[in-house]
Amino acid sequence: MNRGAQFEIDPGKVRRPVVEEPPTPLHTISLLVRNKPGVLCRVALVFSRRGFNIESLVVSPAISVPEYEAQPGEFSRMTITCSGDPDNLEQIVRQLEKLIDVVHAIDHTGQAVIESEIALVKLHVSLKERTEILQVAENYKAKVVDYGPESLILRCAGESDKLDAFIALLKPFGIIELVRSGKILMARGLETT
Amino acid sequence: MNAPHPVAAVKAPTGGEVVMRCLEREGVEFVFGYSGGAAMPIFDALVDSTVKLVLVRHEQGATHMADGYARSSGRPGVVLVTSGPGATNCVTGLLTALMDSVPMIVLTGQTITPMLGKDAFQEADVTGITYPVVKHSYLVKNAADIPRVMKEAFHIATTGRPGPVLIDLPKDITQGPCTAPFVDEINLPGYHVPGRAPADLVKKAADLLTKSRRPVLYVGHGAVISNAGAAVMALAAKLNAPIVNTLLGKGACPEDHPLHLGMLGMHGTAYANKAVAGCDAIIAIGARWDDRITGKLSAFCPDAVKIHIDIDRAEFGKIIRPHVSLEGDARLVVEDLVAQVGRADTAEWMKEIAAWRKQYPLRYAKKGGLRAQYVLDRLDKLGSRECFVTTDVGQHQMWAAQFCLTTKNRHWLSSGGAGTMGFGFPAAIGAAMANPGKKAWCIVGDGGFQMTLCELATAALQKVPVKILIINNSYLGMIRQWQELFFDNRISGADLEGNPDFVKLAEAYGVKAWRVTRAGDVDKVLKKAMDYNDGPCLVEAEVVKEDNVFPMIPAGAALKDMIIEKPKTKMDKPTGST
Repeated sequence: MNRGAQFEIDPGKVRRPVVEEPPTPLHTISLLVRNKPGVLCRVALVFSRRGFNIESLVVSPAISVPEYEAQPGEFSRMTITCSGDPDNLEQIVRQLEKLIDVVHAIDHTGQAVIESEIALVKLHVSLKERTEILQVAENYKAKVVDYGPESLILRCAGESDKLDAFIALLKPFGIIELVRSGKILMARGLETT
Repeated sequence: MNAPHPVAAVKAPTGGEVVMRCLEREGVEFVFGYSGGAAMPIFDALVDSTVKLVLVRHEQGATHMADGYARSSGRPGVVLVTSGPGATNCVTGLLTALMDSVPMIVLTGQTITPMLGKDAFQEADVTGITYPVVKHSYLVKNAADIPRVMKEAFHIATTGRPGPVLIDLPKDITQGPCTAPFVDEINLPGYHVPGRAPADLVKKAADLLTKSRRPVLYVGHGAVISNAGAAVMALAAKLNAPIVNTLLGKGACPEDHPLHLGMLGMHGTAYANKAVAGCDAIIAIGARWDDRITGKLSAFCPDAVKIHIDIDRAEFGKIIRPHVSLEGDARLVVEDLVAQVGRADTAEWMKEIAAWRKQYPLRYAKKGGLRAQYVLDRLDKLGSRECFVTTDVGQHQMWAAQFCLTTKNRHWLSSGGAGTMGFGFPAAIGAAMANPGKKAWCIVGDGGFQMTLCELATAALQKVPVKILIINNSYLGMIRQWQELFFDNRISGADLEGNPDFVKLAEAYGVKAWRVTRAGDVDKVLKKAMDYNDGPCLVEAEVVKEDNVFPMIPAGAALKDMIIEKPKTKMDKPTGST
């Protein structure tokens, strides 16, 4: 028997030890910023300097700004989900507001907001498992956006928790690739986002 | 066929010329700078401008000169350097200005716009490198933006909490034409400058102070910047409360006033620290509860009521959680407070403090060689209070803070937040240029002076009455002190062998110089230097090689662990930062 065989490592499948870490609390901050070059970098630096990790970040054009006549493309909205020491969160929000290009930054963690996210999941499917997967998709109102002989891409939209559950159900079938858009949110009623 | 237009077309100004016009419109008198390829169109425009160039010998010197100019006058200091290494040499100066809230504009040349990001000659991602060390920055990609950017930059640098603003100017932008009109309005949604604090909060704070029995007024740089001194003195008098100041708060209130207890913190006076440790109410006026002041946070006056006046709302709750946060300009807020406070019942407290003052005065050995403390004490008695005083960083800085009393606002310039060695000498040059006719003493160590001494050439050419006092102990004294107290006296990297003969060095630059080695000669030499105003001069004081700054609160220790003199037992390494 080749004793070396038990230690052969296929570079494509390096085994990593599974470490169960307690989930770090996630916070979500929404910012209204001026759409200037470098604003994203300045915002990101506020987090990295204090040891916060940005889990997801979505930026897109903002249409209207309270009490201000906005030109098209003048402002952007950012929704940032980050993890880090909750005691520092208030400081982070204040430091974000200190940036000249940030109009306001609001911490929405724990508030009742409307949130949404999209996930694209690519699965390697044989004809045998196909039906089962499609049933899961139907249950989560996910749409098949790519249908191939050996693979499938599903698109699912909804709250982040719903997507987490959807992806967990699909894991046993073998996910090839997963791309999530990151969470966007909007405050309810007339509250400012 | 069309004939050529009969009126000759007027040539549009270049971007560089428009930059100069904008500087003129902002009332800028000097630009501290060093040339280079990418900045040449701006240097060319300087020739026809009323703005005068002060040509330095290292860009770091330029930033510290602009810094000293700004700290001593309140007007923004302007720097002009080239791209690449010229700009990166400014990073230290930008950090120094940002940490101490100094208004500064740094104009950097940059490669032509088509070459951005292509590793062109002397190209660097300056805006990327400086994001964390500026209040704001701009990369001008379109000459039409120049007037708006210049206007915004000066506004941002000088309002609210002042800070440095960098403007990166590509060479094709400053060389090409700029026809955009000048701008007078500011359009910065999301940037608002606080003024007065809300009346109900001011009343709440005033009541807390009036009811206190052991209040302390803790004065920082914000009080200097906003000229709050008179208002703070009025508050102290009305309440009957003592005043302590931070390193950067020196000069807001006159330090020779009976109510003043001097500097607090790591190397503050024992009685100032005891007052803070024993107070039941402390009001921070333009100060930010820095770790040099608080020591161990959990032990920092835990039972006292804390009131915080600051123009930067991000400072509230950053270090300590105040009972009342007053967001606004220090002078305006304190004026509102004065109107609302009454006399507090502090007779006992003041007696206690007077007893501490008597029991724990600042002390230094009178024998055993020339002492830095003696030299600085004599300088204070021989007129330094009338002059601008800058320091470098280290033991001499702490002794200068203790013994050179500051009685006029903006007359004490020292790098506190960043603790930048090399700051003292160029800052003195800037202060002298901002205040013609006034003298500037710069108190430096042999270590820090060597970092920016090339500016001797600049000082000599400008003929500024800057008097350099080198406290020469041939060591990085503060490092040596820490190694003696906390590292078993294992000296590592603190011994400055190979120091030059500073007197000969000064003379090589054409600068008058004297050496003093004995206590008996100190007065004579300091007087000579004080009276010599034909240009800069230098005094090298060869002091005792090993001496320690006391009192000392080791980093991360509580105020009550203050050491008044060298301990006999071994000490643990401090846990706080640096």
